[in-house]
Amino acid sequence: MEGRKLKDMLGSESKPGTEAEEGRNTMSQAGPVTETSSRPEGVGAPARPAKTLEAKEVNLYYGDFHAVENVNMTIEPNKVTALIGSSGCGKTTFLRSLNRMHELTRGATVKGSIQLDGEDVYGGGVDPVAVRRLIGMVFQQPNPFPTMSIYDNVAAGLNFNAGKIKKSAKDEIVERSLRGAHLWDEVKDRLGRPGSGLSGGQQQRLCIARATAVSPEVLLMDEPCSALDPVATLAIEDLIGELKKEYTIAIVTHNMQQAARASDNTAFFNLDESGKPGHLVEIGPTDEIFTKPKKKETEDYVSGRFG
Amino acid sequence: MTPPPADAAVLSTRSLFSGEGSRGGSLPSWAPWGAFVGAVVFCGLVEAVLGWFTIALMLVFGCLVAIVAIYAWSRPVEGARRAKDRAVTMAIVAAFGVAMAPLISLLYEVIVRGAAGISWEFFTSDSRGVVAGGGAAHAIVGTLVITACAVVISVPIGLMAAIYMNEYGRGPLRRALTFFVDVMTGIPSIVAGLFAYALFELFFGPGIRMGIMGSIALTVLMIPIVIRSAEEVLKIVPDHLREASYALGTPKWKTITKVVLPTAFAGLVTGVMLATARIIGETAPLLVTTGVVDSMNADPFQGRMQNLAVYAYNEYRSPGVMKQASFDRAWAAALTLILIVMILNVIARLVYRRYKTEIR
Repeated sequence: MEGRKLKDMLGSESKPGTEAEEGRNTMSQAGPVTETSSRPEGVGAPARPAKTLEAKEVNLYYGDFHAVENVNMTIEPNKVTALIGSSGCGKTTFLRSLNRMHELTRGATVKGSIQLDGEDVYGGGVDPVAVRRLIGMVFQQPNPFPTMSIYDNVAAGLNFNAGKIKKSAKDEIVERSLRGAHLWDEVKDRLGRPGSGLSGGQQQRLCIARATAVSPEVLLMDEPCSALDPVATLAIEDLIGELKKEYTIAIVTHNMQQAARASDNTAFFNLDESGKPGHLVEIGPTDEIFTKPKKKETEDYVSGRFG
Repeated sequence: MTPPPADAAVLSTRSLFSGEGSRGGSLPSWAPWGAFVGAVVFCGLVEAVLGWFTIALMLVFGCLVAIVAIYAWSRPVEGARRAKDRAVTMAIVAAFGVAMAPLISLLYEVIVRGAAGISWEFFTSDSRGVVAGGGAAHAIVGTLVITACAVVISVPIGLMAAIYMNEYGRGPLRRALTFFVDVMTGIPSIVAGLFAYALFELFFGPGIRMGIMGSIALTVLMIPIVIRSAEEVLKIVPDHLREASYALGTPKWKTITKVVLPTAFAGLVTGVMLATARIIGETAPLLVTTGVVDSMNADPFQGRMQNLAVYAYNEYRSPGVMKQASFDRAWAAALTLILIVMILNVIARLVYRRYKTEIR
């Protein structure tokens, strides 16, 4: 598991049963799956150590437009880092740059470096596909693959990228991922039914299961609850608290209560005026950001005086 | 529209039953039909008086008069807005009727006249040396073979071109391709036939006739249609599905083969079926490439090959001694062609219904 390096993955179509993969899978299975029912609130030692993401002088552009300016921040391992800020301040753009989804937009470019445990995600010779295998993503709109069953949705990452894999091993990973996403009990009797038949909240948990089934190191979540009702939102927030035992998590949210409830660290983004680039105002432990922020801007925002 | 009263103290006189473009009254439910029948009868009488009565003219003029009539009738009773609504509704229904008329008339003619020539013999024998009787088996087989070859060649090329244009291509090259594909959709079919003929003549010398030449000519016509329809279908596969796949660490080509194409499958198949239906009835390009022949030939790489459209044309243009028998065969061939196209359409619909994915 120590051996999961970006460069090592280069060119390898991630063969199944590489040391790393198997180590991870058995490791995670060893992790107490049944413990999910009694959740200790975000405390306790991580079930497995994940990796640290560190942004250094990151500048993001859409063509000539400078969208995000000079961000320096560390996303700590096995913690939830919330990115908050008003619309258009570049939170989502920044999040998408972390696993090189930003560059999929036509004309989008990146300057600076983002390091995953010291390895530059944007380093020469690093394949964006390898990056995304280690840094997974959950999107704003639940987006299960419409042609696939619930089972195949969860197994999608394995089916696409892991080559031939034993049915029993796949079954195990699917069950573990669905249990991890608190969805197993609701869908175990209809794994063959289409994923698009689930409710919005269930679909989002299905997407989380799909993202975790490929055992990434980091999970990025782009407003994962904005399309969901309060009950489903709470379910996802609980889940995030669970997931950080195994993953490093960064979550963009517009809901400040959510940031306060679900995150360990909070980063506040802002922009001076429309058309100017967004920037990171401050980052710190969530308690501090919400109770005694260092900057006046942050205080105004979190207390609801603007934004 | 009556503006709301400016002075709040004055009680509003606005009512649900009158004002705001409505007069409160309403025409009987048979009013549109009444207006139409009345107008048609009126036109018929006028034409009869003038002495140039024809049914078609009576119906067309009747539609125009009916539009005016329903407006004039509704205006004083129902008010301006309802009157306009009725007039436009009448115009739209009439336009639909006018558009359907030739179609239905054509189907009716082909079925009635074609049925006379349909027999077991028609489907099982060729027309080598026949005077009466004989069949179009060779033409049916030819049509199917030539079209199948054209589909086999066009579909991979068309689909891959569409994938390139939608998923990979960008900038001036892509724009140029779109332009040329559009131009290709407008190529007259005889030009495609001459192209295929010229191409094969270069290698095999003048006078060459082969089934596969016809397929190549049809390919030229079919590829742009496949590209256009496939491109439209790929375009509506939402980007968030592609992103979901990328976020799992999936390379682009696998995202396309495992996510984009399955999601678009139903639409792609429908597009291919409709493109096939479009080219299966081509006559001109086959006339110059596959030639005319009376006997069975199922080998597209050897010798002349008959097909239904050319068969129908030929039976009509140069009938044998018993003219009526030839004409019957021509109509029967037309009917057979329509049936094949209809079967293709039905298959396309079934596939679409079975495999369509709800895309949001």
